[in-house]
Amino acid sequence: MTTPTLAVWKFASCDGCQLSLLDCEDELLELAGKVRIAHFLEASGTVVPGPYDVSLVEGSITTPADLRRIREVRAASKVLVTIGACATAGGVQALRNFADVREFASIVYAHPEYIDTLATSTPVAAHVRVDHELHGCPIDRGQLLGTITALLAGRAPDLPDTSVCTDCKRRGLTCLLVADGTPCLGPVTRAGCGALCPGVHRGCFGCFGPMAKPNTPVLIPLLRSRGMSEADVDRVFSTFTVTETRREEP
Amino acid sequence: MSHRSRQLKVSSLARVEGEGALRVQIADGRVERAELNIYEPPRFFEAFLRGRAHTEPPDITARICGICPVAYQTSACNAIEDACGVTLDPGIAEARRLLYCGEWISSHALHIYLLHAPDFLGHPDAISLATRHRDVVERGLALKKAGNTLLETIGGRAIHPVNVRVGGFYSLPTRADLRPLDETLRRALDDALATVRWTAGFEFPDVELDHDLLAASEPGRYAIADGSLHTASGLAFTPQEFPDHVVETHVPHSTALHASLGGHRYLTGPLARYTLNSAQLSETARQAAAEAGLGPACRNPFRSILVRGVEIVYAIEEALRIIEAWERPPRAFVEVPPRAGTGHGISEAPRGTLYHRYELGADGLVRTATIVPPTSQNQAAIEADLRRVVEDHLDLGDAELTTLAERTIRNYDPCISCAAHFLDITWEGR
Ligand code: SF4
Ligand code: SF4
Repeated sequence: MTTPTLAVWKFASCDGCQLSLLDCEDELLELAGKVRIAHFLEASGTVVPGPYDVSLVEGSITTPADLRRIREVRAASKVLVTIGACATAGGVQALRNFADVREFASIVYAHPEYIDTLATSTPVAAHVRVDHELHGCPIDRGQLLGTITALLAGRAPDLPDTSVCTDCKRRGLTCLLVADGTPCLGPVTRAGCGALCPGVHRGCFGCFGPMAKPNTPVLIPLLRSRGMSEADVDRVFSTFTVTETRREEP
Repeated sequence: MSHRSRQLKVSSLARVEGEGALRVQIADGRVERAELNIYEPPRFFEAFLRGRAHTEPPDITARICGICPVAYQTSACNAIEDACGVTLDPGIAEARRLLYCGEWISSHALHIYLLHAPDFLGHPDAISLATRHRDVVERGLALKKAGNTLLETIGGRAIHPVNVRVGGFYSLPTRADLRPLDETLRRALDDALATVRWTAGFEFPDVELDHDLLAASEPGRYAIADGSLHTASGLAFTPQEFPDHVVETHVPHSTALHASLGGHRYLTGPLARYTLNSAQLSETARQAAAEAGLGPACRNPFRSILVRGVEIVYAIEEALRIIEAWERPPRAFVEVPPRAGTGHGISEAPRGTLYHRYELGADGLVRTATIVPPTSQNQAAIEADLRRVVEDHLDLGDAELTTLAERTIRNYDPCISCAAHFLDITWEGR
């Protein structure tokens, strides 16, 4: 049997999700013995031509050149997994989708005419077929390893579609929303992080995006009764996974 | 007259963060142009920060860079606390410095072992390096993990920590929570000292650069999470005066802005910090530096790998010192009620000084935001180095010269997401 190949690709993003792979300090060298890392520019100058058995794609599609590149990546990949809020939902840079991108460019740049960008930041699945999606800004390292291991074994990865509340209960944390009156998006946010925010006594702000069937209409009055203004509610649903949460809005 | 034509292309610069390209034009044995093109797609943070609440920039700007999120969170907090006239309790400020030490350890270990050292040893990456020197790569990974453990303990997550807020933290650890770190960090200190000894044995090209240098400074200690600014040319100024001294311009070949200091190029980052502040390092860090052959100043960019190692030694000792003295402060954060005004904040990201400015309305909403990351400050200096290194080595063959050019860029650990996974080198000779 030949060693399976793994490729990692970057589009518009902060590098945090691919860094999650390098952050698997205890597993990295073992993993490197099981797969051939064929394309991973953050980590290596060696580039092996495709096709690739598994491609991990980080980042959203924001330029005409990247729109072409994602199609090439798809064509060269047997299994394509998007990693993180940018690749699965357009990321925080999708806030431009609800504004005038030319105006945005003129705020940041003295010569916006030098800037070649699309009016939108879109998830990878808007352009090509995606086989699996890892959510989160950033993704969870355990989930990433579990997914790669499953794919190498020829299984589908086991990815949760429940809410952060399940993680919270599993950890035995006291519910912030009920016990403390702290606003928390846990009930409508996809599980996977292990309830990190409630663990530090902070309400979830939704960085894993909406769960499969979020009951947002029930949660919103609760958030308001815990002291969030309408504008606060608007903003918390319009940050890291704005395209998904806007779609889920009642 | 020679009209030798050279066309070299490297379609991908690896082991850097973000996307960029590089263009060198050689004419008649002279480098005519050396440009680092940053073509990382623009993400418009400064535009969409407008209209957000004053509590939001730390979480939002963390997403500019997955490798130095704490730097973004800290500079954002410093700026907003400045705008609102709030000073942190000393215990909270110590926790911020402790968290930041975690980022220095983790980010520097990543750069030394996974991105930079392979250049000195003729390997394409750390995984290939591990086939020959597994123990060394394992040491690097352990060191990086120690930094991440510290980040997770204080910040709740290593990438984009969730526990940071304007005014401090959501919750702070107890002495007992920090105790397990002690052993991890003591082991890491041995690994850090071994790192400095290991890299001291590398071969360094002989170059001395004459850029001006800029770094934060604090009285009595090596500046990390706060401070005022000073330069090698003798300027001293506050974060509030930063815009009077540093001017950004937009050049056609890059989506990153170019900064200059009083009209001239300058460098920020490990070499600048070390050269300006080495007297403030801990005894062990200074000794490690001296044994590695570093004087009190270092202007050879290829030796930046040594300086990073010395800074890890310092960051670990500093973390141990803070943990040792740790008494959990009575509150985890100071209330930061919004008020109309402008605030400026700096901190020392692993790659250099990171400046944020916010103008807030009385309603606490951000009116304007300006962020000046280290890579855009260093871009002109990097281009100058590239020109110099290429000019000094025109006798090299195309392949070797290309490799040397790439190494010149990697010395700076340029963060192209904050500004290259992709460095496209085009040599145009005529
Ligand atoms: S999803 Fe978040 S963590 Fe991942 S690359 Fe995008 S901004 Fe970074
Ligand atoms: S609790 Fe919510 S905001 Fe916090 S890390 Fe998990 S998904 Fe993200």
